[in-house]
Amino acid sequence: MQFLYSGITSGSIYALIAIGFNIIYNTTGIINFAQGEFVMLGGMFIYSLLYMMNVPFIFAFPVALFGAFVLGVLFERVFIRYVKVKTELNLITITIAGSIILRGLAMLIWGRDTLLVESFIPAKTIQLYEGTITSDSVLVIGVSLFISFFLTIFFKKTKYGKAFRACYEDKIAASVCGINVRMVVMFSFGIAAFLGAVAGVAVSPITYVTYNDGVMSGLKGFSAAVMGGLGSFWGGIFGGIILGVSEAFFASVFPSGYKDAMAFLIILLILFFRPQGILGRKKATRV
Amino acid sequence: MFWVGMYVKNEYYLSLVIYILFNAINASCLNVLLGYAGIISLGQAAFFGIGAYSSGILTATYGINPYLTIIIGVILSAVIALIIGYPALKLHGHYLAMATLGFGMIVYICFNEMDFLTGGPSGLTGIPDMSFFGFLLDDEYKFFVFMGAVYMLFLFLMEMFDKSFLSYKLRFIHESENASSSYGIDVAKTKLTTFVVVACITSINGSLFAFYSNFVSPVSFSFHYSVEMLVMAVFGGLGSITGGTIGAAILTSIPEIFAEIEDFEVVIYGVILAVTILFLDGGIAKLCRRLAGKYVKSE
Repeated sequence: MQFLYSGITSGSIYALIAIGFNIIYNTTGIINFAQGEFVMLGGMFIYSLLYMMNVPFIFAFPVALFGAFVLGVLFERVFIRYVKVKTELNLITITIAGSIILRGLAMLIWGRDTLLVESFIPAKTIQLYEGTITSDSVLVIGVSLFISFFLTIFFKKTKYGKAFRACYEDKIAASVCGINVRMVVMFSFGIAAFLGAVAGVAVSPITYVTYNDGVMSGLKGFSAAVMGGLGSFWGGIFGGIILGVSEAFFASVFPSGYKDAMAFLIILLILFFRPQGILGRKKATRV
Repeated sequence: MFWVGMYVKNEYYLSLVIYILFNAINASCLNVLLGYAGIISLGQAAFFGIGAYSSGILTATYGINPYLTIIIGVILSAVIALIIGYPALKLHGHYLAMATLGFGMIVYICFNEMDFLTGGPSGLTGIPDMSFFGFLLDDEYKFFVFMGAVYMLFLFLMEMFDKSFLSYKLRFIHESENASSSYGIDVAKTKLTTFVVVACITSINGSLFAFYSNFVSPVSFSFHYSVEMLVMAVFGGLGSITGGTIGAAILTSIPEIFAEIEDFEVVIYGVILAVTILFLDGGIAKLCRRLAGKYVKSE
């Protein structure tokens, strides 16, 4: 049972990152390889606000998220919009370029060391059935559930959410109906970065932050997204939790160093046998 | 690059040239996948590593003849490329990029974790030098001459490939898979063959790298190196033979010549990649061709 609890904790983080992937994919059809970098940046921001500028957490949290949001918007503005030949290859390469730049800058600013972030809430261990769970984990799970619930409502019920969905269905039709597609695309990058930063902040007391974290968290978020079916929010959450739990169980059987390989093995198997994802119905492009 | 090396006596610069040659072959191989066939592979460092480690482990630990180990590395790479490539090449774009990236990461993690074989993160030492028809390639200069010859052979093969029916077939597939299959081209088979052959060449290159540096560690085969190859190929110019070499020459020497910018290296790579995609479609090779064209026209 202990594995299940720790798996759900890390799984809900993957789910948050996966939702970030999904938002961008839903409006633009792009997979943002820099998504993991925003997770790392969220952790970095909260670290600098808390420990370098001594801002109390209540203010630091929104500021860090807002910073990530602005960066996400800038990212789209600087990199994605100016790609003249919008082939898939170019878009993939440009997001990779963006992720390298963000990672390199993070290394220059914050250095190569692992930065320690203390728990935001008083540490307590909660006794559950045949296992324990820390207050940090409860926070992580709570935040990701809240965010995904909130986003579902946003996309289903509000006017702006409908604009986002319209852009995915048909960009030209959406713009004919008076939706500012460019704005929507820009904001989807912003929201994705915001979500990444939420994940980054939430996880920072558990895993700490290093400039190099982005690659791993990005990849795991992607595999969670693919597992649940790209484009579906609940799929992303489902995929994240499955990935987290299977990783935790895997780590209990094999040496823990192989744990990350497990995530990639899952990506490969899913991509090879069921690219539309476990929950996905949409037909993925295969020849 | 070969002629430059002939006049270089300083061992440090000579080793730089050798590294450029290694990178040039790797980047050109990726160029064949990316520029000709449109297959985006972010796991090429894995094949480089498989070649290097199979040669390294078999010679250092088991004392097997170096040439035999190169062949074993090639066979291993070919089998793995077949297993990965068969399902993966049916995927496209982002999916394929992520699949190859995932594969690269798995191999990297294995290099790190299987320390009974690979020496783990601290690496594998004691790889002997290679001898070539009785010449022991034990110093920079000898290895440079050998590597130069290998590079020339590789360039010759690339030139043959560029003019061959296969390269046109790949470009056709790149343009439109449906159209090419309706012309009777077996798309899946052509792509798979290319992927496997490229993996084999990268693996040979990796074996030579192991014999050159006498030491291999997982760092050389990480995701970062796959991305470096990508930057070299894209910056140099996709779809041209010289592209990989130009990219490798410039990007390998920049951080070596300006030692003080070491910390900025990663950022510079990213900026170069972004600028190439945004403003230099076709990379340096195409830029040169365009400039040359302008010059000729204005004459």
